[in-house]
Amino acid sequence: MDAIFLQVLNGLDKGGAYALIALGLTLTFGTLGIVNFAHGALFMLGAFCAVLFNKIITFSVKVKDESITFFDAYKEQPYLEIWWGDIGSTIIDYSIPLSLLFTIPVMLLIGVIMERGLIKHFYKRPHADQILVTFGLAIVIQELIRTFFGANPIPSSAPAIVSGSAAIGAWFGLNDSLVYPWWRLIYLVFSIIVIFAVFVFLKFTTFGMVVRAGMADRETVGLLGINVQKRFTIVFGLATVVAGLAGAMYAPILPPNYHMGMDFLVLSFVVVVVGGMGSLGGAVFAGFMLGMLQSFASMNEVKAIIPGIDQVIIYLVAVIILLIRPRGLMGREGVMDD
Amino acid sequence: MSYILEIKGVNKTFGGLHALADVNLQIEEGETHAIIGPNGAGKSTLLNCCIGRLIPDSGSVTFNGKNMIGMEAHDINHAGMVRVFQTPEIFPDLSILDNVMIPALAKRDGTFTFNPFKKMADQHDIHDEAMSILRDFSLDDFADHIASSMSRGNKRRLELAMGLIQHPSLLLLDEPTAGMARHDTNNTIELLKEMKRQHGTTKVIIEHDMHVVFSLADRISVLARGHIIATGTPDDIRNDPKVKEAYLGESEDE
Amino acid sequence: MKISIKSNLIIMLIFITIVLSAPIWGKVIGAAYPDLLQKFAIFALFAIGFNILFGLTGYLSFGHATFLGVGSYTAVWMFKLFSMNVLPAIILGTLMSGVFAYIIGYLSLRRSGIYFSILTLAFAQMAYSLAYSVLTPITNGETGLQLSQQDPRYLDALFGVAVSDGLPSTNFFGLSMSGYSGFYFCAVILIIGFYVSLKIFRSPYGLKLTAIKSNQKRMKYTGFNTRPYLLSAFMISGMYAGLAGSLMAVTDPLAGAERMQWTASGEVVLMTILGGAGTLIGPILGAVIIKYFENIFSALNTAELHSIFSFMPKFMENIFVFITNPFVGDGWHLMLGVLFMLVVIFLPGGVLEGLGKVTNLFKRILGFKSTKQGASKGESS
Repeated sequence: MDAIFLQVLNGLDKGGAYALIALGLTLTFGTLGIVNFAHGALFMLGAFCAVLFNKIITFSVKVKDESITFFDAYKEQPYLEIWWGDIGSTIIDYSIPLSLLFTIPVMLLIGVIMERGLIKHFYKRPHADQILVTFGLAIVIQELIRTFFGANPIPSSAPAIVSGSAAIGAWFGLNDSLVYPWWRLIYLVFSIIVIFAVFVFLKFTTFGMVVRAGMADRETVGLLGINVQKRFTIVFGLATVVAGLAGAMYAPILPPNYHMGMDFLVLSFVVVVVGGMGSLGGAVFAGFMLGMLQSFASMNEVKAIIPGIDQVIIYLVAVIILLIRPRGLMGREGVMDD
Repeated sequence: MSYILEIKGVNKTFGGLHALADVNLQIEEGETHAIIGPNGAGKSTLLNCCIGRLIPDSGSVTFNGKNMIGMEAHDINHAGMVRVFQTPEIFPDLSILDNVMIPALAKRDGTFTFNPFKKMADQHDIHDEAMSILRDFSLDDFADHIASSMSRGNKRRLELAMGLIQHPSLLLLDEPTAGMARHDTNNTIELLKEMKRQHGTTKVIIEHDMHVVFSLADRISVLARGHIIATGTPDDIRNDPKVKEAYLGESEDE
Repeated sequence: MKISIKSNLIIMLIFITIVLSAPIWGKVIGAAYPDLLQKFAIFALFAIGFNILFGLTGYLSFGHATFLGVGSYTAVWMFKLFSMNVLPAIILGTLMSGVFAYIIGYLSLRRSGIYFSILTLAFAQMAYSLAYSVLTPITNGETGLQLSQQDPRYLDALFGVAVSDGLPSTNFFGLSMSGYSGFYFCAVILIIGFYVSLKIFRSPYGLKLTAIKSNQKRMKYTGFNTRPYLLSAFMISGMYAGLAGSLMAVTDPLAGAERMQWTASGEVVLMTILGGAGTLIGPILGAVIIKYFENIFSALNTAELHSIFSFMPKFMENIFVFITNPFVGDGWHLMLGVLFMLVVIFLPGGVLEGLGKVTNLFKRILGFKSTKQGASKGESS
């Protein structure tokens, strides 16, 4: 029972990340008609925004370490601490949540530049070309990150107050020894909030209405004289920001490395396809579903029955679903049918 | 009387729209049968139900005594029922010659032949057949041109040539002359007549151009709002009051 | 029949000459090492096979590295179990990938477009993960499958092949597959592979595959069952990959799961489009270009860059070294990514199309009449 409960949480957690990435992927596909293989790289860039932000605010100077009196010792002290004392240290401690403020504008900028500079020219090209050029871009982004941040994962820590584990066993009247990392709980809540915000934005704003209309019938919206171009850019920016936020918040869970984008890309594409290309609800549902499946498949009891199932479960499910429901779970007719 | 194609009680709905309602139609061997009707009457839907592009909700389509419903498109083709499309469905990246050689290959090789070691250049039978039909359509000068670079009228004629080269026992023509200049239309009429003289091919033609309909058709059926409201010789149809009524309010044929 | 530059015989003669003289022209471009030339031949074979699927039918597979891996593993197992002779290894390696291609193709080809790409990708990821984990008894997991002194090699034992002290080396009926003999062996296989591809391109079968790419729906109404066409093309192309994979094992008898990674699948896509998908020699050109530059650029380092740019004034030299440094050594992949993008953006038809444009431009400048574009894409070799 406890183990199952834990796996449900694990699955939801993973699913949250999948859903966030898949959401942007399916949004760009549904509205812009672009198959973006660089979307995983955007997730990775988000994680490195957090890393970079942390580097900036911990910019340090060598000072004499007063606590060591036997000889002249030096230690690195961030300027922030020197200038603002305790407030400075608090800011540094909260660098991950604070980095979101940095991530949003940076990712928006990246998204807009990417759409204006590259994606825009591929609206009318075949999907194969879109896949190829964004695949190339993904390699470029990945390698640039490796050049600047190195090949090793960069550990990032959550704020001290939530670095421990929550006694969720006690909360739900289960075994007291059942604990779960605070930050993972926060990530789950965060992902739900972001998904919710995106849905509210698309459901209740005029802009969102146009975007949804565009997803239903792109040509007609264009014919109505609505400036689709500008909206495309914003939609792409939005997708980029969502992927970036997902990445930045994921940093304490998985130390950012340069190839994490590729790892997540394949999975999130599977999520999108299973959910149905261009279906927002489908992406979220499939994200959580596949996350859960994956975490249950990695239980030792399950692995004992079917060895290796944890490695392939997602792909296996994807293959089965694509074969019996070609449009995915919630895919609409006419999207990507050829 | 033996019918080459027999459509019995075919129904097809799209959402709430009753596109075909209990359609019955018999096509006699050797005749040229035109189906006319206002826009949205269900003419193209009917053809699509015949060639397996759409599956009717109920009813039967019998061709040469065989039930066609549920059959794969390529098997229907080999049974001898071939369709010429309204919007040209050609192979845009291939040459005109290749475009007509492919249906000829289909006729010769069947649904699947694995022959990677034969030379295309040695397929003289196919090549000659293709060139001769291109000559009939005066497209032989363009044999090397890429199909997508052709004018719309030429694409339509290519489309027709692709259907004719298979010598089908029943040819379904969906507005074969739409978008053609008058001169080309007359040529096409002559070609179709010539084909009838030579091979006796049975044809079903959907057409808006009454000039074409009355020059070619032996019998005409009128389709309106999913129903066949009249079938008869061109003279019968001309004088049928129900037909006039169906066309009322509809702007003249375009 | 007139003999034109485009006749099969002439093309084959030119091709054979170029391939067999590689050790000579390789010297000119500084690539005359058997190791590198072998790589050229093996990856060219891989790309030729990929092109039969992607170039002719337009189906973009993102999982072809699977077959490369299957070919390698099978070949190494043949060496371990039966004989160090390469013939059984490459034959069984090819057949085995054919079987895998049949299964994966049968399922994936039920969908087209991007769904097909994702399905092949999913299968490839599955194969890769399995090779790393559960299938360790067969693949030897992370370490990779290697030869060992204790391997039974039943056939060799049967024929009384002398057991050497160290690890045995692969051979073709006694001819050791190291150095240039290894290259010539790969070269002969490449020539055969190219010939088969040439025949396919110019056969009715090839024309039908191109027509599927152009308008699959119409093919069905024209009376073709497109599924077996696609499946056979997928299998042929998978078998080429398997052959290439087993040749890798021939030249270096070990096999690892990283050979099946999706970046490897991406690489063959790049080779094909770089040279020109759907053309005869494009993929070969693409494979050679990529492997050649990989060899050069990944070997460079900062010090060598300084010496290359040393003819410039010092500050210019530093700037150029700074700019180029991320692209060399480990940064070769960055270069690959940039190349990938540039080709897709500016040269969707690949290097061959680019060359064609340049020659036409020159002809126009020099006052020749510009030549009419080749009638059929498949013929632009």
